Amino acid sequence: MAQSEQEILEGLAEIVNEETGVDAKDVQPEKSFTEDLDIDSLSMMTIVVNAEEKFGVRIPDDDVKNLSTVGDAVKYIQNAQG
Amino acid sequence: MGLLDGKKLLITGVLMDSSIAFHVARIAQNEGAEVVLTSFGRTMRITQTIAKRLPTTPEVIELDVTDAEHLDTLSDRLKEHIGSLDGVLHSIGFAPLGAFNFLEGTWEDVSTAIHASAYSLKALATATLPMLDRGSSIVGLTFDARFAWPVYDWMGVAKAAFESTNRYLARDLGPLGIRSNLVAAGPLRTTAAKSIPGFATFEDTWGDRAPLGWDVRDPDPAAQACIALLSDWFPATTGEIVHVDGGVHAMGQ
Repeated sequence: MAQSEQEILEGLAEIVNEETGVDAKDVQPEKSFTEDLDIDSLSMMTIVVNAEEKFGVRIPDDDVKNLSTVGDAVKYIQNAQG
Repeated sequence: MGLLDGKKLLITGVLMDSSIAFHVARIAQNEGAEVVLTSFGRTMRITQTIAKRLPTTPEVIELDVTDAEHLDTLSDRLKEHIGSLDGVLHSIGFAPLGAFNFLEGTWEDVSTAIHASAYSLKALATATLPMLDRGSSIVGLTFDARFAWPVYDWMGVAKAAFESTNRYLARDLGPLGIRSNLVAAGPLRTTAAKSIPGFATFEDTWGDRAPLGWDVRDPDPAAQACIALLSDWFPATTGEIVHVDGGVHAMGQ
């Protein structure tokens, strides 16, 4: 079942917080995973697999590299939930 | 009746669900085995999440094969979850980026690669030895180290050491009734492979050279060979390398 962008954002922020300690409030759509949130490739893998479980979607590796901002990921997850 | 009914296996190297080890664990469970996974450090959380995608969610215990304390305490920590072992899968390799440049690679890069990728087979074998009975099987994954490949460089040298380590393990564990064998898989699109710069150069030509063809996205043939070697169906085979590469190893060109 498709969730709202806000619900996905909150869920994603929780995952990012658990993995990196970044305050969930700072995980906003315009933020870049690498440049603003300082997330490395291993943390990104952890976030992706946990997002897959939480949102019931699959995010292939080839697509992960196109998700540069939190907003990109939220949109991708919402589309994947269809 | 499954090929591995009642067997207890320690499976290293499950990172993502594209990992060869993930598919060994999946098929092993479907064939009746009980499985424990290992992971370490920051990858523990990934492995724990991916483990839930197996038919039965297994325990994940921490093991860095280059950490002496992890190795020394492994059998005691394993005994909390599983009484004994019938098989071990070694699906571990690591080389710093510098090791993928043959002429520029430093000894620091190379020694790290050999420690994590070759010596680790002996380290894992001796760490699990107290739990292995006669008839047990150790299986590892290699990439045919008889040749110089594009890109692979010092990882290829580490794999040559790994293959030699397998033969010496066969010599020293044979009298205990324990087998040690390797599967030399063709290139597969795993996280490990994708982290090797220029990996695509393997992908492009392998399918053309393989008489049986080769699918870089299908880990099952390599995983099934591991299952067969972990089973009771190769009771007199040790020190061997089974090529699961579409036949490339046997071709001149």
